[in-house]
Parts: sequence; C-alpha cells; structure tokens
Amino acid sequence: MNWLRRGTSEPLWKEEFSVRTADERYVTRRQLTKFLVLTSLGMFVGNIWILIRSIFYKAAIYPQQPVAQLGEIPVGGVKLFSYPTKDDHCIMIRTANDEYVGYSQKCTHLSCAVYYSQAENRLECPCHKGFFSIKDGAVLQGPPSRPLPRIILEARGEQLIAIEVKG
Amino acid sequence: MPTSNNLPPQNRGLTAIAGAMSLIVVLLIVQIWLLSAALESFLSGNHHSALPAAIFSGVLFLICLGLYAFVDRVDAEVRGSGGGR
Repeated sequence: MNWLRRGTSEPLWKEEFSVRTADERYVTRRQLTKFLVLTSLGMFVGNIWILIRSIFYKAAIYPQQPVAQLGEIPVGGVKLFSYPTKDDHCIMIRTANDEYVGYSQKCTHLSCAVYYSQAENRLECPCHKGFFSIKDGAVLQGPPSRPLPRIILEARGEQLIAIEVKG
Repeated sequence: MPTSNNLPPQNRGLTAIAGAMSLIVVLLIVQIWLLSAALESFLSGNHHSALPAAIFSGVLFLICLGLYAFVDRVDAEVRGSGGGR
C-alpha cells in the first residue's frame, strides 16, 4: 500500500525500524493496523469470489441412473448407492410400501457419513451428533446448518431411477 | 485526574490509534461473520445474497482503509512534531 504512505523524505526502512525507543510504540501499532486492514481486504476478496461463483453458476446436469429394484429392500430397510458419480455416496430408505427417499450420505457439517436410525426414524451423523429428518433431510439437531442434499427418485417399471440432486 | 487535553502529545496519539484499531477489529469480526454467512448461503443453493454481502464487505473494507489512513496521519503528526521522542 505504497500509495497510502505519507510524503516524507525518509526511506521506508527508517520509518519501519525506528532508532528511538519511544517511536517503537507507534511503529508496532501502525504495522498491526496495516495487517488488520490486509485481513479485511482478504475478507472482501473472499466475498467477491463468492459473488463471481454465483454469477457464473451453472445448474448441473444429472444423469439418469437405476439405483435399485422396487421391493428390493424391506420397509425400514436401507440401501447404499453412488450418484451422480461413484465418489458421491448416497443412502436410500424405504419409508413405506411404495415410498422411497434418497439423500447424500455426506453430512453437511464436516462430511462424515450419515446412517439411518430405525429406532429414532432419522438420519444421524455419528461424528458430532447431527440429526436430519427422514422426510426432507432438514436439520433436526446438532451443528450442521444445511439440510442433506436430496436425491430425486422415480419409479419406472420395476426400477428406481435417480434423476436429480436437490440442495 | 488527567484529561485528553492535558495528556502529553505522544499519549494522545497512542489513544487515538488504539481507538481506531479497536474499531477495525470490530469491523473485521463483522466481515468474518459476513463471509461465513455468504459462503453458507452459497453452498445451500441461495445465490441472491452474494451481491449485498460483497457490497457490504467492500464498504467495511473502505472504512478500515480510512481508519488506517487516520492512524498513519496521527503517527506522522506525532512523530513529526517530536512527540514520540
């Protein structure tokens, strides 16, 4: 930030490394202030980065992928699958005779794998006790602040097809 | 009890700088919160809050920059007048 420097004839090294002890108090405070302002600039750049990502955001195109056969798992049963890529692990639960729900298995807090607790009828993250609703993936309790991404499933014939990720 | 008027010039300068630094720290805390809230909002699929967050963060940065200019000026005045000796 050289353009902010006052117009003194003294070179920068003399300003920053004062000979007089009393001046030292000013130098350290000015340097700390400069560091704080640079941190503020960093925060601003971070916000600009988020803004740029928002402007150039493109909605993802998801493949249609069969993930299970109808009736393959019992009511209250669970099946793990990967969607949309093999690295995106998901969990599918049969909540009623003809009702299936699918969610990303990655906790929105720190990415631990969530599991289905049949006794409590909710998805639980074992790392920090984050609980998610089985109905819509909303946070019921714990540190996560965002719901689980939902996998949209569609029944076609005897197959369950994953068609989209929401959230 | 000393008041701001009868303090030696070097101490008056230090008090002003300490005040400006405290204000910058408060603004920084607000900016950190703003950044984390904007990121959280972006990750949850809401892209409408990014612009106001960026504008507000920019305003806070400009205020910090103004306070730094103030600190620099006070520093130059006090040390230039021999107050820091």
